[in-house]
Amino acid sequence: MFKSKTKLLQLTVTLTACAFLLIPTLMSVLAGITVNYFKGVSSGLTFKWVLNVWELYADSIFLSLWLAIACLIVTLIIGLPAAYGLARHPGWLSRLLEEFISLPLAVPGLALALALLQLYGTLNGFRTSWTFILVGHVLYTLPFMVRSILAVLAAMDLKTLEEGAASLGASPWQRFRDIVVPNAMPGILAGALTVVTLSIGEFNLTWMLHTPYLKTLPVGLADSYASMRLEIASAYTLVFFILIVPLLMAMQWASARAQRISQ
Amino acid sequence: MTLNLTNTAKTYGDGTKALLPTSLNVDTGEIVSLLGPSGCGKTTLLRIIAGLETPDLGGKIWFDSDDVTDLPVERRQVGMVFQSYALFPNMSVRANIGYGLKMQKLPKSDIEARVSEVLEMCQLNDYSQRAVTALSGGQRQRVALARAIAPRPRLLLLDEPLSALDAALRETLRDELAILLRKFNITAIFVTHDQNEAMAIADRVAVMSEGEIVQSGTPEELYRNPNSTFVAGFVGSAMHLAGKINGSKLTLVGGELLLPSDGTGCEAFVRAENIQINKNGPLSGFVDAVTFLGTHYRVGVSGVVSETITSIFSGTKVPKLGEKVRLSVEPQSILLLPSKAQK
Repeated sequence: MFKSKTKLLQLTVTLTACAFLLIPTLMSVLAGITVNYFKGVSSGLTFKWVLNVWELYADSIFLSLWLAIACLIVTLIIGLPAAYGLARHPGWLSRLLEEFISLPLAVPGLALALALLQLYGTLNGFRTSWTFILVGHVLYTLPFMVRSILAVLAAMDLKTLEEGAASLGASPWQRFRDIVVPNAMPGILAGALTVVTLSIGEFNLTWMLHTPYLKTLPVGLADSYASMRLEIASAYTLVFFILIVPLLMAMQWASARAQRISQ
Repeated sequence: MTLNLTNTAKTYGDGTKALLPTSLNVDTGEIVSLLGPSGCGKTTLLRIIAGLETPDLGGKIWFDSDDVTDLPVERRQVGMVFQSYALFPNMSVRANIGYGLKMQKLPKSDIEARVSEVLEMCQLNDYSQRAVTALSGGQRQRVALARAIAPRPRLLLLDEPLSALDAALRETLRDELAILLRKFNITAIFVTHDQNEAMAIADRVAVMSEGEIVQSGTPEELYRNPNSTFVAGFVGSAMHLAGKINGSKLTLVGGELLLPSDGTGCEAFVRAENIQINKNGPLSGFVDAVTFLGTHYRVGVSGVVSETITSIFSGTKVPKLGEKVRLSVEPQSILLLPSKAQK
């Protein structure tokens, strides 16, 4: 009797928590496909608003995707060698560098954006180009890439593996290509998915850095809430979900996999 | 291939002398073991030969008539078996073994043929497609060996190749390794801290202590004619008979012994198999440990010298704990070695 009561309590708490989290989301999504939100669902369902979002904000969607891919490429180019260097030369200096790269995690995005604006705000061509936002995104996402790869690399005896490859005649570049990169892959994958997800969802920094012609997905969302009908803003949320939820799930899966390896 | 190493030393940045100036010759086809306790510099010496460490200035390393001192490891054509094996987890057994051949840019068919040949030699045929993570310790060890010899290296180097295995397996693989190394017909150097391993595998053993080679010779030479108290103790665990030496007479706590010659300035050592339990023996002591080892007993006797000494007893009427026994030692089985203070 006692056991089933506890179970009942557990179930109730769990379901309440889920409802608390899910209902607003569902309401918002539902609002996005309702003909008239103020009349309720009885007014009928429609994809009109979603289409409207597409017409109004397709540019934002493409810009966000493009930024995410560019951000991924840059963080890979910087992050992979950085993580490799840190893993190969452990010591206080490496720890310090790692902390330094991670600093943007602790600093609010607004402060980061302000610093970028102060430094580069007067460089007109740069200030108004998408690369300006890219710099912000790279700063913010790089620590995730580096840490994710570093965790996997630190878990294996990289030095001996490389010595093994060297004794078989592999040059430093061949060792990096054949041994380091393939074995770091779970970390690279987890890092890549994190970077893309964060870049697509980033608002704080981007809101400060964007120009009216460069609205990313979340900035567009804020814009739609401020200036469009509630149905359009809600439909926007739906589009946002469709883009970000699969990424989020893939990220969870990849991180869990990388973590298993680094244990 | 012959290896010739002269005046090779290694001093680390913090001033630690890992290896004192050392010379070493290894003949073609010879299997040499570097034997010593941890921290004696044996691994450092091996890594210098491999090219994984740079020796101090003045050292020279020759492979036949080629000076390889300044060649990086990837161009020295050495095969290396690491203590942890360092198998590539991202590759199958086949790919691991073929990696060195791939680096030599051999045609695919040649690589396949050579890998199959080596797999056969190391009895790994059944595992060739497996991931290296799905192998047992003994199988990994063979893959590591196969990978090292596949590219036909000039010299095979093995760093404690058996120490990652459990005791029972180690003994089996020790003999297997000895056979394989001779089958490869390759010049090899292997590092170990286990004297049994060194004796079982090597043609010649170089005993190292505190950064230098203290004696080098066949296992028999080292066992019968150690040149220092260290070698006597480390190879075959000779026991120190600490007492007073007066001419050719040795006075111990538990009695007197005759020495084979004048022992002035020397210390006397004896091995357990040369101490007999003999009711007419000149030494007396008390049994404080008896261990049955199947073919024989090890009997620990105290009161002869300040520490317990061990005797091998192969009869059946083993003395009991606490019993008083008399021991004898043939003079010619006593090793007289220069005492450490004079060295």
